[in-house]
Amino acid sequence: MTRITDVFKKNKKVFIPFVTAGDPDLATTEKLIYAMEEAGAGIIELGIPFSDPVAEGPVIQEADNRALAAGFKIDHLFEMLKKVRQHTEIPLVFLTYANPIFTYGRDRFFAHCKETRIDGVIVPDVPYEEKDTLKDDAVRYGVEMISLIAPTSHDRVQMIAREAQGYIYLVSSMGVTGVREKITTNLGEIVEKIREVTDRPVAVGFGIAEPAQAAEMAALSDGAIVGSAIVKIVARYGKDAVEPVKAYVREMADAVRKVS
Amino acid sequence: MSNGRYGKHGGQYVPETLMNAVLELQEAYEHYKKDPEFLQELQALYHDYANRPSMLYYAERMTKDLGGARIYLKREDLNHTGAHKINNALGQCLLAKKMGKKRIIAETGAGQHGVATATVAALMGMECVVYMGKLDTERQALNVFRMKLLGADVVPVETGTMSLKDAVNEALREWSRRCEDTAYCIGSVMGPHPYPMMVRDFQKVIGEEVRQQMMEKEGRLPDIVMACVGGGSNAMGLFYDFIPDKEVQLIGVEAAGRGIDTAETAATIACGKPGIFHGMESYFLQDNDGQIAPVYSISAGLDYPGIGPEHAYLYDSGRAQYVPITDDESVKAFEYLSRIEGIIPAVESAHAVAYAMKLAPTLPKDKIIVVNLSGRGDKDVAAIARYKGVDLHD
Repeated sequence: MTRITDVFKKNKKVFIPFVTAGDPDLATTEKLIYAMEEAGAGIIELGIPFSDPVAEGPVIQEADNRALAAGFKIDHLFEMLKKVRQHTEIPLVFLTYANPIFTYGRDRFFAHCKETRIDGVIVPDVPYEEKDTLKDDAVRYGVEMISLIAPTSHDRVQMIAREAQGYIYLVSSMGVTGVREKITTNLGEIVEKIREVTDRPVAVGFGIAEPAQAAEMAALSDGAIVGSAIVKIVARYGKDAVEPVKAYVREMADAVRKVS
Repeated sequence: MSNGRYGKHGGQYVPETLMNAVLELQEAYEHYKKDPEFLQELQALYHDYANRPSMLYYAERMTKDLGGARIYLKREDLNHTGAHKINNALGQCLLAKKMGKKRIIAETGAGQHGVATATVAALMGMECVVYMGKLDTERQALNVFRMKLLGADVVPVETGTMSLKDAVNEALREWSRRCEDTAYCIGSVMGPHPYPMMVRDFQKVIGEEVRQQMMEKEGRLPDIVMACVGGGSNAMGLFYDFIPDKEVQLIGVEAAGRGIDTAETAATIACGKPGIFHGMESYFLQDNDGQIAPVYSISAGLDYPGIGPEHAYLYDSGRAQYVPITDDESVKAFEYLSRIEGIIPAVESAHAVAYAMKLAPTLPKDKIIVVNLSGRGDKDVAAIARYKGVDLHD
């Protein structure tokens, strides 16, 4: 039982918003965390910006660029999160790439994660075959490694699901992150395969922007993850994004929670 | 440890969305690399289409002028399309065809790999899309036009630093959108396994030929073989066959740009740190937070913030040495070789020539250096003119 699985136990369906940390600055990110929790987020994913995020579409790439251009540093993020943890215990999950963790120092990174009670990390460019690169350090500090399963995973689905921690991030469609009009993958089939081997919760991400889409994805899994649609609002409103993001997250979270 | 490790380097660091595509490629390559029919077809293409073997040329005037070691030039610049890149493009496209892929995507820096891939795609009747940093499309406009002539689409990449690494990012993103019918033809000994191994295997013909040609001409192995290194494919191709011959010194020449004590450099071994990027653990130019550094070199083909994992291993183990050469030094070598031997080298290859110019005079006359002339310099003439402040339109 972890704080992540707890959230899924207590709420039938969980809405998971994503923002890029430091976009446009860390003070705004801090306010966004409180606002998104208030609006009904069950878990929050925080992107640690990377110069070359190969799994991201243009929206999140640009957010990473804005944050880095504004002087983002991992140390500053952890300082901000110490403040956040004086106000909320909402489960927080990092999304970043192998190199920032590797170069910052794996032991140092996960030690800080423990200190700021970060619940999990998603590292898209560390697949199942390479998970030992981070696992020992993550486990030592009680941080869960969240795995992705893709429409192209086929015979890998159960292998990944069996060893999954936290929740399973089910990628809705081919390609990179970003808003899509329609999601055509047969996700129900993949969820079934996952359920055969694990009772870990499954949340669907990539391409979700509309409340109806989020509800649909949550209906066939345990939750919906939304990144690019929120990051777009932050891009548009900058430091004034807190209220519009809050309104959007409320709408999405309500739609997800209504699913039974 | 996972597949494809060279010491601690290498691996398969790609998103799950690409993992099955990478494994499918690995399996296919493991099969075809032992398939006599595949190897025979590839040999025939090397010979009849790419004009292999490339000559090993004794640079007599250069040797006399420098007054030290004997210098041989391995003339990869005489291959079809004007660089060593054709060796790998033939191998990967033939493999893609065997795998039933209809479409080839590639990244390119200077444009040589893009041209080679577009060429082979035309030869094999496959659709081809080349990703190229927008800055590079401007620096190498001629190659952009060549690729279009060959029927390829060229996509200028406007993200990040708009150069080679960003072209790789975009190609990886495109591959994750469409991997079922598309093969990604990586141009160097980099990326996730099996690419570093596969590209090296398709390039190792360079070193194998050098060995044979050197035995014919001199009756012995060379003392030193050297090549420029960006990702490192021409160097790996030259080095590989000589790795077991400890008496043969292997030297990789990196692009120092404006100098390794400046931020405008692409010398990964000199200035980089261990990291994980573009599918592999290796050395990368980066800051303390692991953000990949913007790199700079006059040469668009060496303008890459990393180095192939097998090079990283050869460096760690001390088997190969890596030295930096600046823009200025490479431009001098570019002009020097043009005048003294009547050979205009690619500005990439000119980095290796520049180091030979430094090293040869310090060695006795019975020593032998082989320099890999990885490409020809026609594509660079306009850029060199600009560098020297000459306006070609006057």
